[in-house]
Amino acid sequence: MNLFMSLIKRDLNLAFRQGFDSLMVVAFFVIAVVLFPLGVGPEPNTLARIASGTIWVAALLSSMLSLERLFQTDYDDGSLELLALSPVALEITVLAKVMAHWLTTGLPLIITAPLLAVLMQLPNEGYMTLILALVLGTPALSLIGAVGAALVLGSRRGGVLVSLLILPLYIPILIFGVSAVDAAIGDLSTRPHLFILAGLLVGALALTPWASAAALRQALE
Amino acid sequence: MNRFHGKGLICVRSEHMVFRGLNFDLSAGDALILVGPNGSGKSSLLRMMAGLLKPFDGELLWNGENALDDFDQHGANLHYVGHHDAVKPVLSAFENIKFWANLRGAGDAGIADALTVLDIKHLYDTPGQFLSAGQKRRVNLARVIAAPAPLWLLDEPTTALDKDTIKRLELAIQKHRDNGGMVVLSTHAEIEMAGGEILDVSQFAPKHNVDEQLMV
Repeated sequence: MNLFMSLIKRDLNLAFRQGFDSLMVVAFFVIAVVLFPLGVGPEPNTLARIASGTIWVAALLSSMLSLERLFQTDYDDGSLELLALSPVALEITVLAKVMAHWLTTGLPLIITAPLLAVLMQLPNEGYMTLILALVLGTPALSLIGAVGAALVLGSRRGGVLVSLLILPLYIPILIFGVSAVDAAIGDLSTRPHLFILAGLLVGALALTPWASAAALRQALE
Repeated sequence: MNRFHGKGLICVRSEHMVFRGLNFDLSAGDALILVGPNGSGKSSLLRMMAGLLKPFDGELLWNGENALDDFDQHGANLHYVGHHDAVKPVLSAFENIKFWANLRGAGDAGIADALTVLDIKHLYDTPGQFLSAGQKRRVNLARVIAAPAPLWLLDEPTTALDKDTIKRLELAIQKHRDNGGMVVLSTHAEIEMAGGEILDVSQFAPKHNVDEQLMV
């Protein structure tokens, strides 16, 4: 457990010192959402109808933006070999790295989302559910994304490839994330949607570290 | 008393056989020096010993048991120094060493000792991005010295090191062997290793005739 924490601490430390990664993710998120009122027009009813969908799609895309770097820098400078050879199981290492990735990209998205929801005229009933759905959904995005990031290691143009691999897998999270918010606005029960999101998160938590670790071992050969 | 040996190892890289039928046997205190021309498979053999590269055939045994059965345990038994130094540009030399040492449960005393052995105390606070190639290599080696592990796998450890540091490294290796450790290293440069066995990897290369290439 201590080792797990020290792995997370290292990645957070690196993220804060070298950069603007999480800042860039948030900036992209904001700009992507702001484009919609400009494109669709400022009519409040139209905006309100597409608000949750827009915010979710933008969150998906911006969380993917930083995925490529999840393992790439460690792969390039040899750290990944040493992490694989450390006494900590590679699956646990992957989990720690994903956790750090979520803390530096997913969490800022969740914090920014309500502000953008104001901009998109999201009805008041939707806010709590939007945040809840993002809290359940964004960690799953990072977990699933890690598999893609591990698979494209060592290939050129990994960033584009990662999008092609991962975006289709994001679809269930998008569907239930949006439908949860829609249910809240329509005064229906949000629980089934949130439960399915939670189920997706638990499933990803159980399966993806193994898949990522296997892909990393393959990349190191 | 640890024993690490390999039997009938075959290495295949992108459908090309690099070496075959390679055996080695290391007991506590032994040193094995891998020599051979470029591309003869020295690095591949070291990666294979570390468990990063799966042998095409043959086995690696740690105290008589298949070393690759428990990958994490095997990783804990060894230190691997590869071509890259794994030094993060934004962390100081000390933070770099400390992270790797802590992962293996070593405390600050071991790190302080390693800094002295390799003479990099003055680099304590220097961020990785301002270190020269030789200094980065020393930081990487300090990580090895800071946390004890019975087997050291060093791939060209003398690259970018000055004469004085090579001497220091030789002493560190000698001390490691005196304490019952094992060392395997590949090198082109001169490095003194009392009683070290020399293994020419190129002598296990398959004969280059066309029929055999096709059979592989």
